[in-house]
Amino acid sequence: MVSRLSVASCTDLCSKEVVVPVHQRQHPRSVARRVPAAAASAAAVALLLGACATGTGGDAQTTDVDFSATPSPGSTLDVMGFGTGDEIGKVRHDRAVEALGIDVKLSEGALDAQAFLSAAASGNPPDLVYADRTQIGTFASRGAILPLSACIDAQGIDTDAYVDSALEQVTFDGEVYGIPEFNQVQVTMANADLLAQAGLDISAVDGSDPDAALAAAEAMTRTDGGKLSVIGFDSKLPEFLPLWAKGRDADLLSADGRTAQLDDPEVVTALEKAVAVYDAQGGFPAVKTYRDSADFFGAGNQFATNVLGAMPMEQWYVNVLNESSPEAPMAFGPFRGTDGEVLAFATGSAWAIPADADDPAAACAYAARMTETDAWMAAAKARADARAADGLVFTGVLTGNEEADAKIRSELVPADAPQPWADAIDAVYAANDHAFALPANPADNEFKQAWQDAVNRVLNGQQEPKEALAQAQQEAQAALDEAWQKWDDEQADGGSADQDAQ
Amino acid sequence: MSTVPGAVVPGLPTRPGTTRAGRAPRGRLTARARHERNAGLAFVSPWVVGFLVFTAWPILYSLYLSLTDYDVLNDPTFVGLDNYRRMAADPQVRLALWNTLQYTVLQVPLYVVVALALALLLHQAGRARGFFRTAFFVPKMTPPVAVGVLLLMLFNGQYGLVNKVLAVFGIDGPSWTTDPVWIKPGLALVSLWGVGSAVVILLAALQDVPQDLHDAARVDGAGWWRRTWTITLPMISGALFFVTVVNTIAAFQMFTEAYSAYFGAGNSTYSNDAALFYVIYLFREGFQELHMGYASALAWLLFVIIMLVTAVQLLVSRRLVYYEGDQR
Repeated sequence: MVSRLSVASCTDLCSKEVVVPVHQRQHPRSVARRVPAAAASAAAVALLLGACATGTGGDAQTTDVDFSATPSPGSTLDVMGFGTGDEIGKVRHDRAVEALGIDVKLSEGALDAQAFLSAAASGNPPDLVYADRTQIGTFASRGAILPLSACIDAQGIDTDAYVDSALEQVTFDGEVYGIPEFNQVQVTMANADLLAQAGLDISAVDGSDPDAALAAAEAMTRTDGGKLSVIGFDSKLPEFLPLWAKGRDADLLSADGRTAQLDDPEVVTALEKAVAVYDAQGGFPAVKTYRDSADFFGAGNQFATNVLGAMPMEQWYVNVLNESSPEAPMAFGPFRGTDGEVLAFATGSAWAIPADADDPAAACAYAARMTETDAWMAAAKARADARAADGLVFTGVLTGNEEADAKIRSELVPADAPQPWADAIDAVYAANDHAFALPANPADNEFKQAWQDAVNRVLNGQQEPKEALAQAQQEAQAALDEAWQKWDDEQADGGSADQDAQ
Repeated sequence: MSTVPGAVVPGLPTRPGTTRAGRAPRGRLTARARHERNAGLAFVSPWVVGFLVFTAWPILYSLYLSLTDYDVLNDPTFVGLDNYRRMAADPQVRLALWNTLQYTVLQVPLYVVVALALALLLHQAGRARGFFRTAFFVPKMTPPVAVGVLLLMLFNGQYGLVNKVLAVFGIDGPSWTTDPVWIKPGLALVSLWGVGSAVVILLAALQDVPQDLHDAARVDGAGWWRRTWTITLPMISGALFFVTVVNTIAAFQMFTEAYSAYFGAGNSTYSNDAALFYVIYLFREGFQELHMGYASALAWLLFVIIMLVTAVQLLVSRRLVYYEGDQR
């Protein structure tokens, strides 16, 4: 790299003919003194450019990493993107630290991808990162994180125990790059009073019949002085387009993560139906501005104040409602596809070990301790006790680990929870069992940006669904093609290098 | 102007074979001149070193990066002018430039006129001037991210304060935060939140306008408007020009308020094309999609555009701006 940069810089600097006006021309000896100086300066610039241009990516090797090495007592594990903000995080962290006998330095707050990659590029990455699962494909394709098959073997991690969709999200080009944890899934939440007033039940708004959802929206929507006063149904666009599309058996991305399917007619129809719900209530701007003005987390939330009929929403909001407005007239049920099957679009987090991490063995051991069933049980017990102390219902924790999920539900979640929370618990666990995810790919951000921009153009009245998704298809596919091409080229180069070495 | 003895002053002719000091041979400095030169260099060196390391070098390096494919982690790969060719064909670049231009044309005159109006009012405020000057400046201390959130609250189409006030006058306010037509006017209006800094600059300029000019005009029968138009504005035109240039550059670099309102954590999935300003697109390319080479090329295009606009403003200013001491 340095030599290429040097050549480039020298070519630029040396090929330019400098025209000096006659009155500024100097003595040859003066010029002779300055030529070496200029050349030295050019060389210095080239060297500096080269020095700054060094990177560490693309050479991630797992063969020389011993994940079974015992962590040195007293050593420090540097973790980026994870915090112990609640008992679920703290109990597992304390337990892992005690088991490993090491210090763990946490850089709390959501992982800043740019900060992480900059640290990795400068050769000073953390030992472990806690990332959104959608980032794993991007990090893996750039050689920023290590493949973890050896780590999984060394720590005896049972990947069969993980929720399938969670494992798929961290599996890039056939190799596991992350240890998944948590699962966010959607359930249908509704205001039972508004449904009853409209002569409906939750099946009208659970996604199984988009036309029924539209009719329900029209029946529950209220206006006051020309302004929206009750949102009948919120489709939760743009974020839940994958859910609405999957409800029509359409995937936004092919299973291998290489082909965008945004212009699939079923995706277009899904978007049209979900947008029609907003149009029936005065348009998306009216709904958005109204929901933006609402208290989302407090006792005056939209359900508690009877200003929202229904919406699909992630399961964590069940706990918010249970805590802030336990008396709200709620109804819960799973989200369903048009075939009536339960459906959820899963997201979550994952542990990944950066290439060039100082102590990958300790990082692997820590990730394994954090995600083992006993750790989840201890954390869930702490959560259940805390909620019991507050007089609240423990609605469970979705860990991304099926074994832990099952144990938590059978041992800690109350079997006799009062309604409507019992329905909520059933819906959450049903959704967890039927979750899907978008596969890992090397251009996840560009792909997501393309379809979200398309939905936003439709919501803002700038394009029709078909036109917007056709444009998104082109943008997304171009980004995927470019990213996959780079990855494939690097793999081919790596394969050639391996053969040469043999 | 003080000069270093023996030093050649640019623009002043020297006779062949002589120096201005007339003592040391041509090209040589006296010991005292060398000492003063070295002392001067020592004094400016902290700034010079800082400039070279933290400004000049990153600029130079970004120019190099603009000719590469660079994803932050892996080595940059030299791609020549590919990034610039891609820019020319990128519809998002055109959209972002158009949005930015529209916002600049809308915001800069509004900002300068409001700042001038407030400064003229403050100038009349007598002993209360100090209080109001502080009061106008305090909002400037608000972090821009908070201003972005403030925008969403004040300009909420259904329940925002702005539309409630408009409703008092029987005006049905628009959807400022979601209607693509009204997003830029909303952002331009909320930019007035920070108008206090320009007000302070213009007020200082107003206080420097000689009172005897006003007195003479008043004796001649000139009213407030006439005196403002023919005396005040020409006398503070230098400050007005400064405010205009600085604010134009800031408008071209619009980022934080729009990003936090339309692309930040509060709107992790909702966004609006009308708020896609050039620097937001640059940030997205560089820091979210990790196309740092392309982002560097985008940065250089913005640099060239701002330089050209500023150059035009400087040219125009020769005819419109008066500096005290100018021979006109």
